[in-house]
Amino acid sequence: MGILSKLPPYLEKVPGGQIILTSAEFVINWARRSSLWPMTFGLACCAIEMMATAASRFDLDRFGVMLRATPRQSDVMIVAGTLCTKMAPRLKLLYEQMPEPRYVIAMGGCAIDGGPFQASPTVVKGVDKLVPVDVYIPGCPPRPEALMHGFLTLQEKIKKERLADSLHV
Amino acid sequence: MFAVRLTWRPYQWLKSSAGLDGGKRGFNVNTGYLAVFIFLLVAVAFAVATFALASLLRPHHPNEEKRSTYECGERPIGDSWANIDVHYYLIGLLFVVFDVEAVFLLPWALVIGKFGLFAVVEGGVFLAILGAGLAYAWRKGALEWVK
Repeated sequence: MGILSKLPPYLEKVPGGQIILTSAEFVINWARRSSLWPMTFGLACCAIEMMATAASRFDLDRFGVMLRATPRQSDVMIVAGTLCTKMAPRLKLLYEQMPEPRYVIAMGGCAIDGGPFQASPTVVKGVDKLVPVDVYIPGCPPRPEALMHGFLTLQEKIKKERLADSLHV
Repeated sequence: MFAVRLTWRPYQWLKSSAGLDGGKRGFNVNTGYLAVFIFLLVAVAFAVATFALASLLRPHHPNEEKRSTYECGERPIGDSWANIDVHYYLIGLLFVVFDVEAVFLLPWALVIGKFGLFAVVEGGVFLAILGAGLAYAWRKGALEWVK
């Protein structure tokens, strides 16, 4: 991030610098959390609940959430469903292809730790074995309200981000 | 009937706002279009400033995987260049030719009243030559998408 990655440590020591940093932080975090564009990674049944949440009854668009099918334009990856070992390399590659700042929501039991399929040899026991997860949403499948609560939790998490930390992601 | 009525009131307003009326409105040609030029500069500066500020504020951590071509999570095999249909070229070529013809016909239509029969005949010859070209393309099937 060029100049700005060196700026916050210096700005914090300057009197009044903390106010500048805080204001910039506030605006940047607000912009980032109010327009979270997810890459839909619907793998199984949780995908249906994700679609229902995005549809008109439980509308996600009012949170600024626009579902994008491509990793290049998305901020958050919603892993909705069972991750099998065949799909795992693709998930990893798609996560790598997302630009920072990026977040991951593990939706449903299967994404958290394999869910009902923990005895299966071809199921990855939890998506956090591959990618760092920010929000876990339990449920099989979680209700649309639960997914919305997951988004709000992620927004709270982004609200607390410090500018100095996020520059070295 | 073919001449344009340049004495019509809206045209007077256009000319004076651009400063082309000899200074009757209080500004000459230079200051009239100066406003447009400043507006253009501000527009360009706004776009440049937005991109510069964004490039300072965004993270920049490129790596090999991130740069790889997107193919729904798969590794791409082979090149992404592909041959396109030659019909696109034919349609594009015909479009350019007839578009240039239209550009030439517009000022001709404006002055045809002033030059009388000579202009009509000359314009007719121009149109006939290009019409012959169109007839040739039509008969050869260049206007059909599937040959």
